[in-house]
Amino acid sequence: MIKQTIFAAVSAALTASTAIAGGHCAAGKTLTDGKLTVATGNPAYFPWVLDDAPESGNGFEAAVVYAVAEEMGFAAADVAWVRSSFDEAIQPGAKNFDFNIQQYSITPERDEIVDFSAPYFTAPMAVLVGPGAVDTKATMEALKGLQWGASGSHTSVQKLMNDILPTKDLLLYGDNADINAAISANQIDAALFDLPTALFLSAVMIEGSKVIGQFAADESQGGDQFGMLLEDGNPLKVCIDDALAEMTSNGTLAAIEATWLQDTTGVPLIK
Amino acid sequence: MSDSKAAGKTRRELFEQRQRRRSTAIAATSTLLVLLAVIIFVPMTPGWEKVQKSFFNGAVLAKTFPKLIEAFKLNIMIFLWSAPLIAILGLLVALARDAKSPALFPLKILSAAFTDVFRGVPVILTVYLIGFGIPGLGLPRPWNSPYIWGSLALILTYSAYVAEIFRAGIDSVHPSQRSAALSLGLSERQVMRDIVLPQAVRNVVPSQMNMLIALQKDVSLLSFIGPVEIFRQAGVYKSLMANFTPYVGAAIIFLVVTIPATRYADFLLARQSRQRS
Repeated sequence: MIKQTIFAAVSAALTASTAIAGGHCAAGKTLTDGKLTVATGNPAYFPWVLDDAPESGNGFEAAVVYAVAEEMGFAAADVAWVRSSFDEAIQPGAKNFDFNIQQYSITPERDEIVDFSAPYFTAPMAVLVGPGAVDTKATMEALKGLQWGASGSHTSVQKLMNDILPTKDLLLYGDNADINAAISANQIDAALFDLPTALFLSAVMIEGSKVIGQFAADESQGGDQFGMLLEDGNPLKVCIDDALAEMTSNGTLAAIEATWLQDTTGVPLIK
Repeated sequence: MSDSKAAGKTRRELFEQRQRRRSTAIAATSTLLVLLAVIIFVPMTPGWEKVQKSFFNGAVLAKTFPKLIEAFKLNIMIFLWSAPLIAILGLLVALARDAKSPALFPLKILSAAFTDVFRGVPVILTVYLIGFGIPGLGLPRPWNSPYIWGSLALILTYSAYVAEIFRAGIDSVHPSQRSAALSLGLSERQVMRDIVLPQAVRNVVPSQMNMLIALQKDVSLLSFIGPVEIFRQAGVYKSLMANFTPYVGAAIIFLVVTIPATRYADFLLARQSRQRS
């Protein structure tokens, strides 16, 4: 009985590896043959990865990674995780991952240094306000007068400086935890996040805060399309793009989105 | 002496001249060789093109440099209002630690604890704790501003160091001067104000210059709690462009300020040691 199981497992492993070797797109293009090494943030944040445990496959980005891996012919066990900061991902030289997924917005400037996959998610930017400013109207006029904060490494800084043009000096922070602290200390009225993050922060992290509005996703062009980051010229990009295209057309991507990201229809558009 | 001049250079002088020329030539050649090696071999490394694109990108530098200088003005402002307060608080703490009266013992203990704590905690931790912690108590605006509390964190940390340097300066004034002044009928206060402090402060000026240079760089730590000074501004560009060149630009701006300041501090130190010897 045991022998049979082992035999079955070994033959399954063999067929799996032959499946990859058998002319599949990703064959020979990964760091370790037969394995897919994926990097994410340290820590990885909800709702993108649940409980900072991407290997569980729980959370939107973790689920997307396993679906992409399957589409490219990797078994779930062949996905290895590493952690990286933003800087590690964009520094020149060899990378320790095949691709890096941590809500990287695709921008033309970034694209010159690294490569991006096709977008796997389009995130509208949303306005989260602290307890002192929950009555702010969702209009550009009302938003200008707020004391704004944002994450210094996020594309929302560009949105703030180019479109919202706040009257008071912007305050910028290193990560979302620091923005929370600043909202709690009433140092800032409002912060810009991608919509899923804003909804999570308002529901779980910052008491009395509220998501008062979102920007139409197409309005801030390209700024909110999340792509997987690859080393410049990585041949794996084509395979990932194919996998994502397949997942979009057969509805897998939409299903993952429905499972892991909450319904965002209740948030009004900012005029 | 005048004889040898009339007769041209002595053999000794000629020898020394040859020696000098020889060492100048060697120094020039070796510097040139090292420079050539850097200029020729570094670009030959396989990753050079990518490194150049990410760290030494002329187009990115030109685009971001004016904004970086703009942001650097904020560093200078924070520096300018913090430095005098640091000097004052540092001196007060040093005086408190040096208090002779038994009634002032609690003050002495307190100032010793102050220097121990603020010298022992990393600046960034103090900045976080004070910058987010105290405003979190529920202060109304504008009193919860990160500029105020961030500056206070710098002031506390740096005055702890500065106090220790002042204390060393006070100790460097020989006790006999104190005794002499007291025997002339001056009060303890007058002795400190008119005899000890003027010499003590003079003695530690070069060391305090180094503290100013360190402070000027540490102002950037305030970026962690919100203010968009040069380091944060460079970080924003780094993220938007996925390029580290803005950091190099910020480093250049810092160097333009700190190199003359360090040279000046060195000059003061050298002059002091000349005067003492």
